[in-house]
Amino acid sequence: MSALLEVENLRKSYGDRVVLDDVDLTVATGDVVCLIGSSGSGKSTLLRCLNLLEDIDDGVISFEGHEVSDPRVDRRAVRGRMGMVFQAYNLFPHLSVLDNITLAPRKVHGLSRADAEARAHDLLGRFGLAEHARSHPDRLSGGQQQRVALVRALAPRPALLLLDEITAALDPELVVDVLDAVRSLAAEGTTMVLATHEMHFARDVASTVCFLEQGRILEHGPPAQIFTEPREERTRQFLGRVLPSSGA
Amino acid sequence: MTDWQPSPRELERRQVRGSLRTRSLLVATVAMVLVFGLLVVGTVSSPGWATVQETFFNADDARESFPAILEGFWLNVKMFLIAEPLILALALAVALARQARAAWLLPARLLAVLYTDLFRGIPTILLVVLFAFGMPALGLQGVPLDPFFWALVALVLSYGAYVAEVFRAGIESIHPSQVASAEALGLSRSQAMRHVVVPQAVRRVVPPLLNDFVSLQKDTALVSSVAIFDAMFAARDYAAYNFNYTSLVVVACFFVAMTVPLARLTDWLQRRYAERERAGVR
Repeated sequence: MSALLEVENLRKSYGDRVVLDDVDLTVATGDVVCLIGSSGSGKSTLLRCLNLLEDIDDGVISFEGHEVSDPRVDRRAVRGRMGMVFQAYNLFPHLSVLDNITLAPRKVHGLSRADAEARAHDLLGRFGLAEHARSHPDRLSGGQQQRVALVRALAPRPALLLLDEITAALDPELVVDVLDAVRSLAAEGTTMVLATHEMHFARDVASTVCFLEQGRILEHGPPAQIFTEPREERTRQFLGRVLPSSGA
Repeated sequence: MTDWQPSPRELERRQVRGSLRTRSLLVATVAMVLVFGLLVVGTVSSPGWATVQETFFNADDARESFPAILEGFWLNVKMFLIAEPLILALALAVALARQARAAWLLPARLLAVLYTDLFRGIPTILLVVLFAFGMPALGLQGVPLDPFFWALVALVLSYGAYVAEVFRAGIESIHPSQVASAEALGLSRSQAMRHVVVPQAVRRVVPPLLNDFVSLQKDTALVSSVAIFDAMFAARDYAAYNFNYTSLVVVACFFVAMTVPLARLTDWLQRRYAERERAGVR
């Protein structure tokens, strides 16, 4: 099996409310999969299911050739191979930027402090955050915090990165910094699944775009196709609303 | 609603989850039996167990001392029920005084600091003795002579100082942005405190508050040291006359029986707040 991540017939409900219904998704190494769709369409829930933060109600999730939706699977081992970044950054306010980043490498992956910090400084430098290593997260701007969160997710060298609307809480001018960081990750072949409202970004960076509507992947394909000649009427309507008069 | 049927895979998975649950239930049961079994066996098989059982766990003595202890315990309960609301009011007032920023309230602020420093520093039993014996001895006109009254005052003042610090910690834990947004709506500082900060702070400090109240329930037993006939006094009385300490175990059971329901109530309250205010967030 060449796919890094394979989802089949995934179903997730909260009580009577079905949030994900019969979702299929394949992610190969190096893919950048963008999930688009209106709020409440199931994008975030799908990401949380992939990271095993939610128990699923049916279907199969396979990661690196193993079924991870099996209840006997060690969730921590799976999460050690995935990175996740949240909309609200979720940095730990009582730790410095450096300690935020080195926490998992040291406590979960058994790196020495020196090795973990070397890698952290390396990544911080790459994302233009070198001088903030000793600061506490609340001293930083939203864009900087989100880039720190990105570095924190990258530090354990995950095979897959999950990004949950990571620019949704940012000022427009800060969005650019964070998206540039993600763009450079994509360019070097990082495998990612990301939920986003940034359509131009999705069009530039994605290898596959999935349009979610009421818990289903209504249509998916390369961005060129989805954004220029969507098959479904609903996709067309959605894009018409989020891409006003862009001529796309 | 839909025609969805769980797939065979999902059914198998449910079975696995079920057996995992059964297994952890089994582990828990074995661990419980093992730990408590060892505790009981270890105690009962000790060389002096027969004597201990006779002097501390004698059913006849328990039955005989029970009525007097029950009667005394009513006094502990009464004391607790009167003291608790007074402590809450005093403590909140002191905590707010320490937060006050208005210039003319500076004396109140200083008094509040002085009060907490002093009354938290003095052992509660000393306060009880000082107030219950000292105050009536002043012989002042209009000062009550009842030691019950003065023991109550001592408990309120002592615990008021502790609880004030709990409230202050709660108030300071509310993010300044809450005050900012309240003031942005045009609320005055005291209105912001009253409607925005204090309600959130109180919710946050319920567990440590309960902790202090459990402690207060037990410390009502301190009044036995100033010849007030509470449950502790009755139990000690019985023990001294009969050379048997079973009455002390009985009084311990009374206090435990009083504190446990309060603990469960607080757990329940906390859960309800959490469910209402943090739905869906993990």
